[in-house]
Amino acid sequence: MAAIEILGLEKTYMVGFWRQRPKRALKPLHLAVEAGEIFGFLGPNGAGKTTTLKMLMGLVFPTAGTARILGREWTDPEVKAQIGFLPEQPYFYDYLTAHELLDYYGQLSGVPAANRKRRIEEVLARVGLTDIKGMQLRKFSKGMLQRAGIAQAILHNPKVVFLDEPMSGLDPLGRREVRDLMEQLKQEGTTVFFSTHILSDAEALCDRVAIIHLGELRGVGAVEELTSSVQGKVEVVWQGTQIPASMKALGAECHVSGDTVRAILPDTHQDAAIDALRRERLRLIAITPLRTTLEAYFVEKLQHSQTTAGTLA
Amino acid sequence: MTTRKQTTIIAAAVFAVSMASCVLLLRQIDKTRSIPIVDDSLYISSPKLVKRASLGFDGLMACIYWTRAVQYFGHRHYVREHSYNELAPLLGITTTLDPHLLPAYQFGAAFLAPRPPNGAGQPDRAIQLMDYGIAHNPDEWHLYYDLGFVYYTELHDYKKAGEVFERGSKVPNAHPFLKVLAAQMAEHAEDFATARMLWITAYQTTQDKSIQQNALEHLRAIKVDEDVTNLQIAVARFNQREGHFPTSMWELAAAEHLPGVPVDPDGNAYELTFDGRVLVANPDDFSFISRGLPPGYKPGIPKFHTRPEGTPLP
Amino acid sequence: MTARIVHIASNTFREAVRDRVLYNLIAFALLLSGAAIFVGQISIEIERLVVVNLGLTAVSLFGVVIAIFIGIGLVSKEIEKRTLYTVLSRPVRRWEFIVGKFFGLAGTLVVNTFFMAIGVFAALLYVAHKFAAADASILVALYFIILEFLIICSLALLFSSFSSPLLSAVFAFSLFVIGSFADDLRGFAFMTHGLARWIATGAAYLVPNFSTLNVISNVAHQQPVGLQLILHNTLYALCYTAMALSGAVLIFERRNLK
Repeated sequence: MAAIEILGLEKTYMVGFWRQRPKRALKPLHLAVEAGEIFGFLGPNGAGKTTTLKMLMGLVFPTAGTARILGREWTDPEVKAQIGFLPEQPYFYDYLTAHELLDYYGQLSGVPAANRKRRIEEVLARVGLTDIKGMQLRKFSKGMLQRAGIAQAILHNPKVVFLDEPMSGLDPLGRREVRDLMEQLKQEGTTVFFSTHILSDAEALCDRVAIIHLGELRGVGAVEELTSSVQGKVEVVWQGTQIPASMKALGAECHVSGDTVRAILPDTHQDAAIDALRRERLRLIAITPLRTTLEAYFVEKLQHSQTTAGTLA
Repeated sequence: MTTRKQTTIIAAAVFAVSMASCVLLLRQIDKTRSIPIVDDSLYISSPKLVKRASLGFDGLMACIYWTRAVQYFGHRHYVREHSYNELAPLLGITTTLDPHLLPAYQFGAAFLAPRPPNGAGQPDRAIQLMDYGIAHNPDEWHLYYDLGFVYYTELHDYKKAGEVFERGSKVPNAHPFLKVLAAQMAEHAEDFATARMLWITAYQTTQDKSIQQNALEHLRAIKVDEDVTNLQIAVARFNQREGHFPTSMWELAAAEHLPGVPVDPDGNAYELTFDGRVLVANPDDFSFISRGLPPGYKPGIPKFHTRPEGTPLP
Repeated sequence: MTARIVHIASNTFREAVRDRVLYNLIAFALLLSGAAIFVGQISIEIERLVVVNLGLTAVSLFGVVIAIFIGIGLVSKEIEKRTLYTVLSRPVRRWEFIVGKFFGLAGTLVVNTFFMAIGVFAALLYVAHKFAAADASILVALYFIILEFLIICSLALLFSSFSSPLLSAVFAFSLFVIGSFADDLRGFAFMTHGLARWIATGAAYLVPNFSTLNVISNVAHQQPVGLQLILHNTLYALCYTAMALSGAVLIFERRNLK
């Protein structure tokens, strides 16, 4: 069963002085997330990621479309007991301590009083917040706040966790810790849905991703599928400084350093490249496939949509 | 039905029901609550203090006090109270806050001077108020009129009244009657014509309903007094001629060649006693008459009539 | 359901306390003691009158200011600071949030009033040296002031649910002032005619009627307050509060939290 099914959610805001002009924040979105996977929701700023998340949380009402979370209507209040949410750049009641905050949230989420204390300690340890007893949240650093935010999202053992830019404001060590945490959650069977514009994180973590731009879905799938759909490249290194014309004809970018030449060309031309070298009697040193990054995929998709958008406009 | 829809319906229902209940409860509360306008209003009884407490919003406070003064008087008048001790202070505060609130002076002249139950019975306070008003609004002819009015009706000081009317007639745009009244004060102060002129002026130059009603009632009374006086003279004439009083109004009317039996402004015939006294049929309907009353008559609460549209003033 | 409302209410109370709201009690205490001592020096007959009037008026005004300034922040501040997002992503209904906030704020004011009442009675004892039987009616005046607070809190929440903190404060304050003159508004309505009369009368009934809840001068003059009035005022305050809160719920349920 899909943990999250987004069935055509869309949002159009009316802007302008008399609220006349429609502004489409999100075009009808169709997406499904399987249980137990880590799903990345990628896109540049203003793409519609936060809007989607807010709609799923019931903070914003969709103009059209519905969604199901864990098989139930997303507006069902009972569903909320099973999900956790970390908003972008969260801010909490700064007059509370972390313990009090989690206690409050635990009460609201229906965590029984008997377990609450224990659970709070567990969760705080898990996110790496120690020695903070009695310290009001207004004194927390950004990184600490982010951890507190994750703590409150997982406090009540939700089955699905929604994280909006969970890495923002964290130093590299912190990001690593969060990544590890997310992996752990996946091990425990929790579905993680997170949005980010940092692609390397997504690449490292996600089973599947969706790319959204200007309110529209541009691509969905497993990371490998997507990256492989973009043309792969291969690096060919040979002895000497000679660059055969046939190489150039294959579209190679050649670079001479010392007495070797490195050429990067599409991997479909790999065999042709080897033949060219043999014909010229050049000595092959190495052939290395270059893995395309998600970034390349991303950029290509966005450029494409920008052109499309350009032509449409 | 989604929970959201459910909530909306319940909230809308609660909203409607509670709003209706609020209105109903307020009406209930009004009935049970005595209007404590006065106590509140005069907690700060010094006008100067009120002015300071208004934080500069004198105009608004003046309006509020003026409203309260009118309500105060109207409420007590309605329930037939016999004292209006707070009227003078209320008007005093109103005019201290806004010396140009002309209706307040008019109201004071009309209802501070007369004796209870028609007024507060404080002609000296009325004069004080008028003097204050004139000092601050020397070009308002009506204030002179109001002051003269008090001298005339309550204090019967015709000399003073004449002086005031004279001063007032010199003000630009003064009502032409002022000059006439000034002249009349000298010799014909007590004439019915003079009194009538005074009260007609009062009636015609005010917007205030209570003042109009008051003036109307006085005009009715003047008419009756005039009628009775004239009829009494006719009776005396008859007596001199015939040696005895007329046996009935018919006889008198015939002797005087009157078109019919003389009637009062309500259309009721005047009565004639066997000893030649002319009486009004229903003295209770004429609150301010001084003639035509049966012996030992004690006036009750003044009644006020309204004039139907189109009928002439008596 | 009730549990969540109670939790939200106690959190709101905790916020008010930590926001150092209760420090106003110090200002109040200073004011009242100063007045009591001063009054005791200057006059003989009216000290009781002044202390009761001043004390109760201060309770009322301080409370209204607190109610408005905390109340308007209740919802607006939460949206602005996004603390609301993590609350509403839990099984909390939006209407529970509003009701919980209301009880939290009302509770804060009741506690505040309780301490202030002690102050008033203490000052009274100081100037009059003993209590009279009629002083019990001061409790009625305080009860009415609390009813006033309930209405103000609910109005503050209502405005806070859709408008910015500044505008909400302006609206709430204006309604408080107009509501205090509700009797005069009715008087104005009587003196007008036609359409103006309809509008004025409508306004006079819709505006919260604080004049009927203000028995401070009566109590200062040791006049008793009728049982019927107490009953009617209680019902009125409850109905008005219900009206404002249901309005707030209706608006808040529909609001997109951007």
